[in-house]
Amino acid sequence: MNSVQSLIQPHVLAQIGFAGVVALILAGALIAVFPRSILYNVLGLIVCLTGVAGIFVYLGSPFIALMELLIYVGAICISIIFAIMLSRPLHLSLPKRRLPKVGLALGVGTAVFIMLSAIISRTEWQPAAMRSSDWSVTTLGTYLLTRYDLVFEVISLVLLVAILGAIIISGYARRSTS
Amino acid sequence: MAAWQNLVNFLGPDLTRIVVGLVGVLALVQVNALFLVWLERKVAAHIQLRIGPKEVGPFGILQTIVDGIKLVSKELITPRHVDRKLFMLAPIAVFLPVLVSFVVIPFSERLIIRDMNVGLLLIFAFSTFNVLAVLVGGWASNNKYSLLGAVRAVAQNVAYEIPLLLTVLSVVMWSNSLQMSEIVASQSKVWNVFWMPVAALIYLICATAETNRAPFDIPEAESELVAGFHTEYSGMRFALFFLAEYSNMLIVAAVATTLFFGGWKSFPGLGFLPVPGWIWFFAKTYVLIFVAMWVRWTFPRLRFDQLMNFCWKIMIPVALLHLIVYAGVIKIIN
Repeated sequence: MNSVQSLIQPHVLAQIGFAGVVALILAGALIAVFPRSILYNVLGLIVCLTGVAGIFVYLGSPFIALMELLIYVGAICISIIFAIMLSRPLHLSLPKRRLPKVGLALGVGTAVFIMLSAIISRTEWQPAAMRSSDWSVTTLGTYLLTRYDLVFEVISLVLLVAILGAIIISGYARRSTS
Repeated sequence: MAAWQNLVNFLGPDLTRIVVGLVGVLALVQVNALFLVWLERKVAAHIQLRIGPKEVGPFGILQTIVDGIKLVSKELITPRHVDRKLFMLAPIAVFLPVLVSFVVIPFSERLIIRDMNVGLLLIFAFSTFNVLAVLVGGWASNNKYSLLGAVRAVAQNVAYEIPLLLTVLSVVMWSNSLQMSEIVASQSKVWNVFWMPVAALIYLICATAETNRAPFDIPEAESELVAGFHTEYSGMRFALFFLAEYSNMLIVAAVATTLFFGGWKSFPGLGFLPVPGWIWFFAKTYVLIFVAMWVRWTFPRLRFDQLMNFCWKIMIPVALLHLIVYAGVIKIIN
């Protein structure tokens, strides 16, 4: 009984939760890269992003966590799946992995990893609690529409470009088939 | 009471709340599905001038229990050409958002498992997994009817989520909170349905579409797709899809009650009655569910292009306009 009770202390539970979330992220990332079925890859991505949302919960911002789920899992991954569902029947054999492609992917992946870790290790991180004690939804909203106004708008621009691209591509496809 | 005290001492107040709450939710989900399946068959029967189930128990009320026992005892068939892992994952995944969503639904002033300040967002964020499960189930079945059903389900869900979220946004702007209890509290004078009837109508239409119910049930249109995404599922796996569908009906109706119909508050003018809040809440919720059933058995199924046109050309523009107008009005009032 006592051993169970020591396990369900808040800080122990938090540790277990954190370990679980990290395991989820890593497992999701592995599934996103290794299996040959592209649907598995996207499902892995979803598991990974759900884990990232878990990290936000761990950091005490359920709002951002839920936005992560709503946008990345709900919108982006679902539209990726929707696109690939029409791509390949289950019973067809898979194309082989090409070595140059794998090498290129590995190279780019390593380069991004090195760059990111260099940036992360050089930045002096201040805990969020030190910078401000108020991270409510209202504050985040105010920041987005005042200080980070430009970033916010640029993100919408990216989405606009994506929408236009989709329209143009589907327009071409339609004209070429009909 | 002693056992209760022991439990609280053992788990601590927070965990006790969650554990007891989840057990309660599981019980509610089962009982609700049993009742709703019976109700649906009765409503359908009476609309079609039949009687419906009447043999098992008074008014056939025990019929679904018997059906449930049959489903539990049936063999779980896994067809040979399916993708086994995903095929088994789908019925489980379809159930996850159901459990999570009930955590933030305020059945009464006190009866809410966790009153998060982003409660409304939680429900919509996790409703994604429902679509995902439908997709995975349809794809893993490796059957063209299932796949078509799944593709239709996603196209429909993605499209109807936009006007749904836009109308919910106007409610959130009005009550100035994403917290379910505060949204109810903001309706203490006037229910939102009287103050923004268009939003309520759009919400109810989109909610019907999100739960894949007729006239929006093209993902499982029987006459075209056998049973859509769950064609290959049998026994309890099929029952889980079914259970999730009826629980989702309860969730969307409960959210509608919270957002537009004053939550646990009494009907206007009946506040003097000594009725606890949760009874008002369930009364309103089940009236909404009854309306959804009424609609289902009254209107014919839409064609797919009609469905998409209706969403993209009518619902989304109206919802956007509604949001802009109400944003202006709320700004002027304040």
